[in-house]
Amino acid sequence: MRIKNTILFSLISTFFLIFLISIWKILATLQGLSINSFNIEIIFIFGLLISLAHLGIGDRIKPIYKSIIFSSIFVFCDGYLIQKLPIWYNLGVFLILYFFTNKISKYTFIGLKEEHSTQVILFDFLTLFGILFFSFVILFPFYMMLVTSFKTQIALLVNPLDFSINFGQDIKDLFKSYFVIFKSYKFGKYIVISTIVSVGTVIITLLFAIPAAYAVARLNFFGKTFLSTSILIIYMFPAIVLVIPLYTIFSQLGLRNSIEGLLIVYTATTLPVAIYMLQGYFKSIPKELEEAAILDKLSWFGIITKIIIPLSIPAISSVALYVFMIAWNEFLFSLMFLDNPNSFTLSRAIQYLSGDAETPRQYLMAGSVVVTLPVLFIFVYFEKYLVSGLTAGSVKG
Amino acid sequence: MNDTLANTEKKTAYILTLPAVILVFSIILFPIFANIWISFKEVELKDIRIPEPRAKKIVKSISDEPTKIKILYKLRNSSLIQEIRDVSFQDNFPKTFEIENLDPRCSYKKQKLKCEFGNWPAKYRENFQVVFKTNDGSKIDKKNLKSIKPKLEGKSDNILLNTNFTLKNFKKVLFENEFVDLLLTTFYYTFFGTVGSIIFGILTAQMVNQKFYGRTFMRSVLLFPYVAPVVALAYTWELLLDPNSGTLNSLLLNYQIIETPINLLGQKYIEISILGFDFKLRLALTTVIMFEIWRYFPLAFLFILARLQAIPKELYEAADVDGASPFQKFFNITLPQITAVISILFMIRFIWNFNKFEDVFLLTGGASGTRTLPINVYQQGFAISDIGMGSAVSIVIVVLLLMFMFFYFKLLGKRVDEN
Repeated sequence: MRIKNTILFSLISTFFLIFLISIWKILATLQGLSINSFNIEIIFIFGLLISLAHLGIGDRIKPIYKSIIFSSIFVFCDGYLIQKLPIWYNLGVFLILYFFTNKISKYTFIGLKEEHSTQVILFDFLTLFGILFFSFVILFPFYMMLVTSFKTQIALLVNPLDFSINFGQDIKDLFKSYFVIFKSYKFGKYIVISTIVSVGTVIITLLFAIPAAYAVARLNFFGKTFLSTSILIIYMFPAIVLVIPLYTIFSQLGLRNSIEGLLIVYTATTLPVAIYMLQGYFKSIPKELEEAAILDKLSWFGIITKIIIPLSIPAISSVALYVFMIAWNEFLFSLMFLDNPNSFTLSRAIQYLSGDAETPRQYLMAGSVVVTLPVLFIFVYFEKYLVSGLTAGSVKG
Repeated sequence: MNDTLANTEKKTAYILTLPAVILVFSIILFPIFANIWISFKEVELKDIRIPEPRAKKIVKSISDEPTKIKILYKLRNSSLIQEIRDVSFQDNFPKTFEIENLDPRCSYKKQKLKCEFGNWPAKYRENFQVVFKTNDGSKIDKKNLKSIKPKLEGKSDNILLNTNFTLKNFKKVLFENEFVDLLLTTFYYTFFGTVGSIIFGILTAQMVNQKFYGRTFMRSVLLFPYVAPVVALAYTWELLLDPNSGTLNSLLLNYQIIETPINLLGQKYIEISILGFDFKLRLALTTVIMFEIWRYFPLAFLFILARLQAIPKELYEAADVDGASPFQKFFNITLPQITAVISILFMIRFIWNFNKFEDVFLLTGGASGTRTLPINVYQQGFAISDIGMGSAVSIVIVVLLLMFMFFYFKLLGKRVDEN
């Protein structure tokens, strides 16, 4: 049993090591290093040896020394003898090995005897593997978006794998793509339009949603249940079905290519979620407060502005952020309604830019960075508010 | 007393909800009915523009006669296909102006030139000219004259409002439009995208539910694809997957894993042989599904994580006492606890993926076997400019969705009864 576990442990940990080093190699290749092979066989043998040696040595050497020794041996053999690569690459390998040996140090030869130990090991390593795998898979496109925007067309043609950024160059050259899209492609204007549309949508949505949500949460009226169920059903309704009729109606009313048109549609599509989220929160506010206010002869307007709104700032800001993000990211309606470059939103502008096959890819990526950054910034900064909103309503799309 | 209180409450409620209800009904519910209407009509993109009578005003001075001025109106019917009836025309002039030649169709009173031009057929054009003289001999301000715009009005039929209906669109959608292929593609895209995103959601939620360093950071990173704008993500993926100089192909070539670049978004089929079985994989569709899974698994992750964190710890502690292995715990405790969330997620994601337009449109534009129903709505309506056809396709989408929801709830209801 113990032998079987030992073999399994060594294999699992070795595969994990191979995965770690492969990711590092891919990242190094993208910095322009010429690495033409993963050398999986060599890493496999080393990984196996390290795991076995780790089990064999046990506690006889202090873990920190053990890690350093293993890492140094690996770096020396792999980096120095087999592939001659720069110091920073080998330093990275060293750190990976150090991390790896630290991770395996909690498994001992004695521990492998325990019940379910293979499953525990598998579970542990799968979790670790998952964390790294998903981080890589998710962050890699964002990373490529960012680095591509700093390259030039010629540099990418010479070596499509060299994404290293030369920080030594002039700021003007480094941010050239950004200067170009702002100067020649009017991205400054599109940022303003996108901001007006998104902020406008937030304000109008809140103006409409707060009273409606209050009525649904608190007041008794005929058709209340119908209203609250239809909110959810409408929320599920596909935008693509609305596109053709709205396009025809907006064309005839002259609302196409206008900010007003977008505001109307965005508000209408975000209202159901906003009402749904807000009424849930309003219900949690103690009723006694309002009863006292009614005795003081406060009108419903007073109740909403003086009691409900101040008490539900967290929920309102969560709805606001979240409507902002929907409006900022929206693409379908801006594609359908806007065909005049003077009234584009950012998303539509980038799509328009890509329609021209001559547009260098770094401009496209610079535009993508410009449209993505505000959203990611808001998301990371206000994550607490947003996550509760996401689970309550879930961003449409 | 109570009665009036209830009455005012009702009134207040209607006042508070009315603006939202009106907006949502006019922008979401009304278009759905409009869609049904349009889908039974033969309408093209060019038909929906209302024909307008237009006039371009050109002011010309007459040589040697500074007190006289010639004004030319280039009149036309903006529509190439529709007639405008009873066109009326009106333009204003300064007080000192007197008209020299009056067209029989016009009258000039109180500095107002009014004309009745009758009916204008499609493509109608006319150069209409009037000459004016100032009665006090003063000089004429051409700029001021030009800034006054003439008003034109006319009646025309609105193709959308007449009652000519046809079943042609639906016949075309169901029988001529490679409907089965369209339906299958949409189904593959929806089903595998949904299942894939839920599987990834379970894996990541299970992962983040454990304690490790940087867990909160991991949670935000996992949500990045979901909150970032589609446009940016789709173009980044397109660059990564590009067959000529895309990063993925360059990497694979560099490590000698492949010999010729693969066009992941532009190739319809790829031949694969596993264990001697040859079969064709729909490559571009698979890639698009991968993107969909990548972009939407965070939603599943978030829902499932919230559920996982609500599972009472005692269950796991009891399992530990019984000596359950990690996998046993996962399959016997975790999975049964999250089935309810998964069934809701499946429905939500299925519906939304079924209607997903942007992702496929931006990645492939519907080429190389990735044409789904929503893409077809766009192609029929705007690329082929057949608005009626586009509407008919979207009606088909709604009907299919309603059918799906009906059966899903029936199935779900049955399962709830059994439990």
